[in-house]
Amino acid sequence: MAYLELDRVAKQFGAQTVVDDFSLSVGKGEFISFLGPSGCGKTTTLQMIAGFLDPTRGAIRLEGKDLTAIHPAKRGLGIVFQSYALFPHMTAAENVAFGLEMRNVPRADRAERVRAALAMVGLAGYEDRHPRRMSGGQQQRVALARALVIKPSVLLLDEPLSNLDAKLREEMQIELRQIQRTIGTTTILVTHDQNEAMSLSDRIVVMSQGKIEQIGTPQETYEKPASAFVSQFLGKTNDFAGTIDRTVSPTQLVAGSWRAPAPAALGGPVTVSVRPERIGFGDTGLSAKIITRIFQGNHWLFQCDSECGPAIVIRQNDGTVQPAEGDAVRLTWRPEDMSVRARAGA
Amino acid sequence: MSAVAEERNTRAPWALTGPALMLFVGVLLVPLAMTVMLSFHDWGQYKGIEPVFILKNWKEIATDPYYAEMFWRTFRIAILTTLLTALLGAPEAYILNRMSGRWKSFFLLVILGPLLISVVARTLGWALLFGGNNGLVNKLLMSAGAIRFPIPFMFTETGMVVALAHVMMPFMVLSVWAALQRLDPQIENAAMSLGAGPLTIIRRIIMPQIMPGVLSGAIIVFSLSASAFATPAIIGGRRLKVAATLAYDEFLNTLNWPLGAAVATLLLVALVLIVVGSNALIERRYAEVFR
Repeated sequence: MAYLELDRVAKQFGAQTVVDDFSLSVGKGEFISFLGPSGCGKTTTLQMIAGFLDPTRGAIRLEGKDLTAIHPAKRGLGIVFQSYALFPHMTAAENVAFGLEMRNVPRADRAERVRAALAMVGLAGYEDRHPRRMSGGQQQRVALARALVIKPSVLLLDEPLSNLDAKLREEMQIELRQIQRTIGTTTILVTHDQNEAMSLSDRIVVMSQGKIEQIGTPQETYEKPASAFVSQFLGKTNDFAGTIDRTVSPTQLVAGSWRAPAPAALGGPVTVSVRPERIGFGDTGLSAKIITRIFQGNHWLFQCDSECGPAIVIRQNDGTVQPAEGDAVRLTWRPEDMSVRARAGA
Repeated sequence: MSAVAEERNTRAPWALTGPALMLFVGVLLVPLAMTVMLSFHDWGQYKGIEPVFILKNWKEIATDPYYAEMFWRTFRIAILTTLLTALLGAPEAYILNRMSGRWKSFFLLVILGPLLISVVARTLGWALLFGGNNGLVNKLLMSAGAIRFPIPFMFTETGMVVALAHVMMPFMVLSVWAALQRLDPQIENAAMSLGAGPLTIIRRIIMPQIMPGVLSGAIIVFSLSASAFATPAIIGGRRLKVAATLAYDEFLNTLNWPLGAAVATLLLVALVLIVVGSNALIERRYAEVFR
C-alpha cells in the first residue's frame, strides 16, 4: 500500500525537460534516497513534493489524496534545506516553535514540544542561542528539530549533510538514521553522495538526466546495477568488453581469456561489470599485469593492466601473500558476481 | 638590512597615505575648524567681521525662537521624508527583488536613473507639475473640474517632503536591497513549509531581517534631508527656510558670516550626534543576530 505516490511526474522549464516520467511509490515509514549527480532532477522532484514547484504532468498523492491541489503551507511536510534556512533573528527555540505557532498549538504545550525536539537532536540547553552563534552541525540539528516538531507526514531532506565536514557528516548520518527509525517518519533524502544514500536508505532511486535509472535496495543497486550509469555512479567498478558466443554448445561468454557459461537472453557484444572486491587472483581467467599495489590497512588496492583494459582489484588484508608490482596474474571471479549488459554500437 | 627594511616599513604607510591625508586635512578639517572659529567672531552692519571671541551668535540662536522654529522645521521635514521613503522604499525593494531577471534590471535602472539627473532639475520638475496656477497637473485637474483651486505645493512643508522623498528614494531602496541580498533564498520556502501565509512571512520573517537595512537607509536619508539645500531652496524659497537655506542666506545675503557659521556648526553637530547615537542603538539592538 503506497503512502506517498508519484505517478509519471514530469517537470519542464520552457523546452527543457528536467524531470521525466518519474513514478515511485513510497511505503509508510520508509527511508528513500534520490541519488544522482547535480542537475539530474532530484532536487526538482523534491521541490514538487514540497509544493515549491508545480509538476508539468503527472500526479503526486499522499494517502490517496492529490497533494498538488494543496497549498505548500498546508501540506504539513517537514523540510530540511541544504542551507538550513534557519530564521537568523530567532533563537533555536523560537525557530523550532515557529511551525507550532502557525498551527496554534497552546503556549505551554508548545514549550514542552520544543524542548523535547531539541533534546532529541542533542541540543538540550541551546534553546536561547541564535543560529549565527552555532556551528554548522548544531544549525543542522536545529533545522531537523524544526522540521520534525510539527510531526510531518513526510520528512524531506535536501542535501542536508553536504555542508558538514567528513567526520561530522558520518556522525550525523548515524544520528539521522536512529532518529528516523525511532519516530518512523517517512523520509525522502536528496543526495549526490552514494555512501550517504547507501548507509541511510531502505531504497535508493538512482537518477540521471531527469530519468530514473534504477529503484532498489542499496544492496540491489550496488550488486545488480540496472545500467552502466548506476554501476559507475555507485562505487568503483570494472567494465570489460566481452562477447557471447552462440556457435558453441553450451553458449559461452568470452572476455579475453576469461570464459563462463553465457546467461540466457543475451547474445553478441556485451559489457561485463565486476566490482573490484569480487575479483580474485587465480590460475585461469583474464590475464593481467599489476601496475601499482597500494596498501590501505585493512585492504590492498591493485591497479592492473588486463587484456580487456585497465582493472582495479581490492583484496582483504587477510594475511595471505599478495602478488607484487609487475607480476603477471590471472583475474577471476564467480559468474554470479558479475552483471552482464548488452553493449551498444560494437 | 633588516633595520633598513623596518624603517621602510614604518615610513611606507605614511608616504602612501600622505597625499590623501593632506587633501583631507586641507579641504575638510581646516575649513571646518575655521567655520567653527568664525561662529565665535563678532559682526556689525558697518564694521564687518571682527576676529574676537564672543558667544553673541550662539546666544542669539539659543534665545531667539525664530531659530528654534527653523531647526524644528528642518528635523520635522527630515523625519517625515525618512518615514515616507521607508514606507515606500522598503516594499519597492522587496517587490523589485522578487521580479524575474530582465524586469529586475530594468526597474533597478528606473530607480537608480534619477541619481544621474541633477537634484535641481528633478526639483524644478515638481515645480513645473504643481507650481501654482500654471503647474501642468494643477491646470489639468482644474480644467477637468476635479479641483477649483490649485493644489498647494510650492512653499509648503508637504511639497518639500514629497520632493525630498523623491530625491532620496534611491538611497533607501539600495540600502534595503542590500539587506535583501543577504537573505537565505530558501527562507520564505522554509517558513511556508512550516505553515506560514504570505503576510506572516513578510511580517515575521522578512521584516525583522531587512530592518537593519531600512534603518541604515533611514540614517542616510535623514542626514541628507536635514542638510539638503537645493530642494528646500526651490520649493521653500525664502518663505519656508530650513537650516541649510538659512545659513546660505546669512552668508550671501545678510553677509553675517559668523551667524551663518554658527547655524551651520549647530546643524553639523546635531546631525553627527543623531547619526552616531542612532547607529550605536541599531548596532546594539541587532548585535545578537547580525554579527
